[in-house]
Amino acid sequence: MIIDKWLISKDSLEKLFNVLKKDSKKIYAPVGRNGKISFRETDRFGEIDTGYIQTAQSSKEVVFPRTEKILDYNKNKDGVSVKGFDPGSIPEVVLWGVRPCDAMGIWKLSAIFNWDFKDEIFNTRLSRVTVVGFSCARADEYCFCTSAGGGPGNTEGSDILLTQLGENGDYLAEILTEKGSAIVTIASELFRENTVLNKEQFLADVPVRFDREELRVKLEKIFESGCWTKQSLRCLGCGACAYVCPTCACFDIQDEAHGGSGMRVRCWDSCGFSLFTLHTSGHNPREVQSQRWRQRIMHKFSYMPDRLSVYGCTGCGRCSRACPADMNMLEHLISIQEAEA
Amino acid sequence: MTDNIYMPFPMKIEKVIFEAPGVKTFRLKFMNEDDGNKFNFKAGQFGEYSVYGAGESTFCIASSPTRKGYIECTFRQTGKVTNALSDCEEGSVIGFRGPYGNIFPIDEWKDRNLLFIAGGIALPPMRCVIWNVLDLRENFRDVTIIYGARSVKDLVYKHELEEWKERRDIQLITTVDPGGESPDWKGEIGFVPTIVEKIAPSSKDTIAIVCGPPVMIKYTFPVLARLGFADDDIYTTLENRMKCGFGKCGRCNVGKYYVCKDGPVFTLAQLKDLPDEY
Amino acid sequence: MDDLRKRARELLEIRAVNVVIGYEQGTSGRKRAFFAEKPEDAEKLVFDSTCIQNLASYVTKREIRDKGKIAITATLPVMRSIIQLASEHQVDDNNLLVLGITSESRLIEFSNLAEMETFVHQYQIEIDARHREKLEKLEKMTPAERWKFWIDELTPCFKCYACRAACPMCYCQRCTVDFNQPQWIPVPSHQLGNLEWHIMRAVHLAGRCVDCDACYNACPLGIPLNLLTKKMVEDAKSHFGGYQPVLNGEHLMSTYKPDDKDNFIE
Repeated sequence: MIIDKWLISKDSLEKLFNVLKKDSKKIYAPVGRNGKISFRETDRFGEIDTGYIQTAQSSKEVVFPRTEKILDYNKNKDGVSVKGFDPGSIPEVVLWGVRPCDAMGIWKLSAIFNWDFKDEIFNTRLSRVTVVGFSCARADEYCFCTSAGGGPGNTEGSDILLTQLGENGDYLAEILTEKGSAIVTIASELFRENTVLNKEQFLADVPVRFDREELRVKLEKIFESGCWTKQSLRCLGCGACAYVCPTCACFDIQDEAHGGSGMRVRCWDSCGFSLFTLHTSGHNPREVQSQRWRQRIMHKFSYMPDRLSVYGCTGCGRCSRACPADMNMLEHLISIQEAEA
Repeated sequence: MTDNIYMPFPMKIEKVIFEAPGVKTFRLKFMNEDDGNKFNFKAGQFGEYSVYGAGESTFCIASSPTRKGYIECTFRQTGKVTNALSDCEEGSVIGFRGPYGNIFPIDEWKDRNLLFIAGGIALPPMRCVIWNVLDLRENFRDVTIIYGARSVKDLVYKHELEEWKERRDIQLITTVDPGGESPDWKGEIGFVPTIVEKIAPSSKDTIAIVCGPPVMIKYTFPVLARLGFADDDIYTTLENRMKCGFGKCGRCNVGKYYVCKDGPVFTLAQLKDLPDEY
Repeated sequence: MDDLRKRARELLEIRAVNVVIGYEQGTSGRKRAFFAEKPEDAEKLVFDSTCIQNLASYVTKREIRDKGKIAITATLPVMRSIIQLASEHQVDDNNLLVLGITSESRLIEFSNLAEMETFVHQYQIEIDARHREKLEKLEKMTPAERWKFWIDELTPCFKCYACRAACPMCYCQRCTVDFNQPQWIPVPSHQLGNLEWHIMRAVHLAGRCVDCDACYNACPLGIPLNLLTKKMVEDAKSHFGGYQPVLNGEHLMSTYKPDDKDNFIE
């Protein structure tokens, strides 16, 4: 739902950034390092990368950190004292420069963390994030958001979505939530009345490559297909795809002991690792990579829509870009649709 | 304080029972009375037991919901957490989260015969149901228990086996794998599926509950089918690896099911609908 | 690379091998691993300077091994990896045919690994000038500066283990990080745990790493992991003599000699 539409000039973006910074919020924005762009905390507008099609890592870490403390414990002579997660430790954060596919990913994560049991840790983080989305004027061959229910100007998940109206042009600011409105309130002088009717012409062209509903139906029939082995032959079994993915949420729970005290943490894990399902007895329900690759696809495109009514993919293409063996998600999904059962 | 779903209840180990080599039972009491009063569970459910500094481990609640004021768990020392648990003594405090998962639908089994088939360390999930049933004995007809282990020393709940043996309202058959018998062993000798075939319990009006290592289960199902048991009347529990226990961490996902939410109790009919990833 | 395609086709036609591991056109101009199993698959094989993935990591992969006889397209680093793997008894000479590719992109087939070894030994493992310069910069740092450098580089690591997966020498069925009794390396990604993981990996590779850069190329975050392994290559060289993987002979780091230098213990 769009509450409001405004215009903001290109030059005013830095002012907006500074207003948000002054509002004493932490700002995470795309910053380059070692030739890869990722969301990092920054207080310098000049540091933010603007030429990226997609960041190497997704923005999920702001709501679902790689390592999240669940509790602290301290063993003493009276036993053990345990202190749970402290919601007061979670800062207010602005996620700046989020692509629409990533913004959508945050809501897919929310589906995972809120079906049945409600995950307070995730929800606290989510409640303290303001998403400043930026529409995509460019896409590359890895992008397939339009096949994944999104689009280069999709508003879902953003609190405010900025779309640049042509190169060097002003930005259309779509205000989508209360949090978005709050931004306009504290920086009202930067926003002008909107005269633009249509943002579509300024968006990247991302052709629809497959129908995910058809894919879901197909997946129900091809569990035993040879396509999984064939596709996964070059898969090396690392977790790069899962860790850059905006919707992968599988995790491990580990204790980190330092003498008599320590903490319990929730940390990222991946269904691609052979140890993920390994029993202590040595029995492994998914013992070869083809089974693990199948699980990844099935979970995102069949099980999640079945159970949580959301697909586990936003079409951001990160997994394909990050894969050291060039396992291309879009290419595989298309070939699954053509695979024999 | 928030409603932190990862936060365990502190539990005091009231009693430690040595069951078999490497196998112990803990009787656990809630440290905070209030936690204990609010706590409710049903047969089949499980929990996450933790030793701070080592981590959490998943096993069923092995005591019956009809026995109030405590819970029990039985575990074999196999990994990091179970080793740490095993080092705990009476009086130590450990963590417990739960109950999680679905239940054995005992209410639906009223006036049916019950056949329990268990192997090795898989008696605990069944023990919870057995005691639950025995405490409501008049609701059920014949109760038969077939329990096997690798060897005599590997049989768990030895005292209770004695007690069940004495009872007139239960038929208990114990067996050990060939070679696992002791000189004074009076039970059966043979693998569980073989003994089931030999005893040939009637499938008429009977629910079969089967828990054991995958290989035992695999060979027991066909025997039950030959005896005329319907897939809907055969129950088992799955033991997929778990971390969270509440359908988020993704580890126990099999097909569209989460063993921690939709299981651990499944009928054979339901299992046939699952991909073979358990 | 018509020679390669022609030979691969022949090998598959006469069933001399069951699979030819090579490269095919990937996405966005990348080249990627390809497994030709039928003669007509050979047409897809390509080779050029962008074929950088170290294919030797596939010869220890179970699904590939299960296929039986393997032919592998091998550049110099891949050949070195194969020698090292063979010396660690991870590949079987009778099951592996190497289709070598020289630095001039010429196909050179070896009838056995010993023949390949002779070829490989004409070339030394040399750290290129660009990396040499980076290493020198690191060496000139004070320990505190160097510590900060690595903390800054390794803290972003999220432990996806792409470096391990892409490395032909990381073939262990169960890696040290995957053991939890005792827990040598913490499972979660954090500053100390990341540092421990990468140091442990580098040390495990000392005297075995063939300097192929696969770990660095695989890292989705662009962490310069190869500076660690390159430094190890150099140190192995300077402390323990010339380094070159050999089929038969002593392993550089795991063979104790009474006259080994011990001046690194201070």
